[in-house]
Amino acid sequence: MSAEVREIAVFTTLAALAATLVMLVPGVALAWLLARRRFPGKAIVETLVSLPLVVPPVATGLLLLWLFGRRGPIGALLASAGIELVFTPAAVVVAMALMGLPLLVRTARAGFEQVTHRYEQMAETLGAGPWRVFTTITLPLASRNIVAGAVLGFSRALGEFGATIVVAGSIPGRTRTLAVGIYSFMETGRDADALALVAVSVSIAFVAVLLSGRLVRQG
Amino acid sequence: MTTTEFILDATCRQGAFTLALDLRVQARALALFGPSGSGKTTTLELLAGLRTPDAGRLAVGGRVLVDRAAGIHVPARARRVGYVPQDALLFPHLSVRGNVFYGRTDAASAGLDETNRRALAEVMALLEIEPLMDRSVSGLSGGERQRVALARALQASPAFLLLDEPLAAVDLPRRRRIVEALRRIRDELAIPLVYVTHAPEEVSALADAAILLDGGRVVARGAPRDVLPVMAPLPEA
Repeated sequence: MSAEVREIAVFTTLAALAATLVMLVPGVALAWLLARRRFPGKAIVETLVSLPLVVPPVATGLLLLWLFGRRGPIGALLASAGIELVFTPAAVVVAMALMGLPLLVRTARAGFEQVTHRYEQMAETLGAGPWRVFTTITLPLASRNIVAGAVLGFSRALGEFGATIVVAGSIPGRTRTLAVGIYSFMETGRDADALALVAVSVSIAFVAVLLSGRLVRQG
Repeated sequence: MTTTEFILDATCRQGAFTLALDLRVQARALALFGPSGSGKTTTLELLAGLRTPDAGRLAVGGRVLVDRAAGIHVPARARRVGYVPQDALLFPHLSVRGNVFYGRTDAASAGLDETNRRALAEVMALLEIEPLMDRSVSGLSGGERQRVALARALQASPAFLLLDEPLAAVDLPRRRRIVEALRRIRDELAIPLVYVTHAPEEVSALADAAILLDGGRVVARGAPRDVLPVMAPLPEA
């Protein structure tokens, strides 16, 4: 494995891990809200969360480019704070997190829906307030699905191509990920390196999906 | 021996079934009888705060738990209730120890004096929880689950205990010890009991008042010996 291939593999894994961490709190919160609460606009939130699964990733990338571009609504805010996101490693993480989020939310939501409400009620009769009930009963009982969802989200992040290439580009040593790298190497006739990246992608994804399936089945 | 006043004056609709209670009872241990589907468990759930009545008032020992007209509804977590449902409902992800001490907080144990503390320890010994402490709840038998659920309720220092067929899953030899434990809970810890049972002998052992429910209504009330013959004409030997 060439140093460049190794570098891409390490960067992509780290970026996907960072994306998983980024999506974890909002993802679990959304999953819980969708599973346990009724609120106006719930169907819209539900649809928005799932949208990245069906919209072409390139379109999502373009949307991110506009949002986070220097003149975009979020990008302008960040720019005034001296932060530029587009075509940086952080943009890779943002694209990955957004694309992985639907998988995390769906899996975690199913987990929350499986938690018997009576356990939570029992904890209440024992004096536990809402936060204690959530952290000591709801969350642990849904944890297998949350971990499985995070693994799925991570796997999705790992393979992200369309959104990443639009919003982060393919800058060697800076924003080049496994999927983007495979494409770039192929384009430039570096077939051996492309294949090495394919092998790395397949191995990581294989382990992640296997792990996720095992976690859900145990539940 | 002081008794506790239970005011159960409430209605609760669930689909086609309506539970309508109109009771004011003085008791240390109140037994609830009736065929299945008569509203016994619903009554316990109303007292535990797992259900809200559509109308009416619930009070235990002068403490109002629910008063719909006055807009009072004490949430389950503030009722200081010890609820032992029929299926025990132990937290599956915690060990027996984790379950037993889930509700024991500094505030909960601060209310205990030395005598109470000793009585609680004796009750725990009667329940034979100690050998189970480090086990996972998934391996427990039905009777063990019931004992752990009762211990968990007690450790939270409840103001009153709600027991749904506490002895149903307990094997016969152990039953006497559990009844003894419940008697001490009632007398030494002075925790009033409300319990659902099908067994007349459990009533005579513990209850000083009983009500008979049928189809969501109270059809008999009074001393256990007055209510018992109504509900269960025992077959002649």
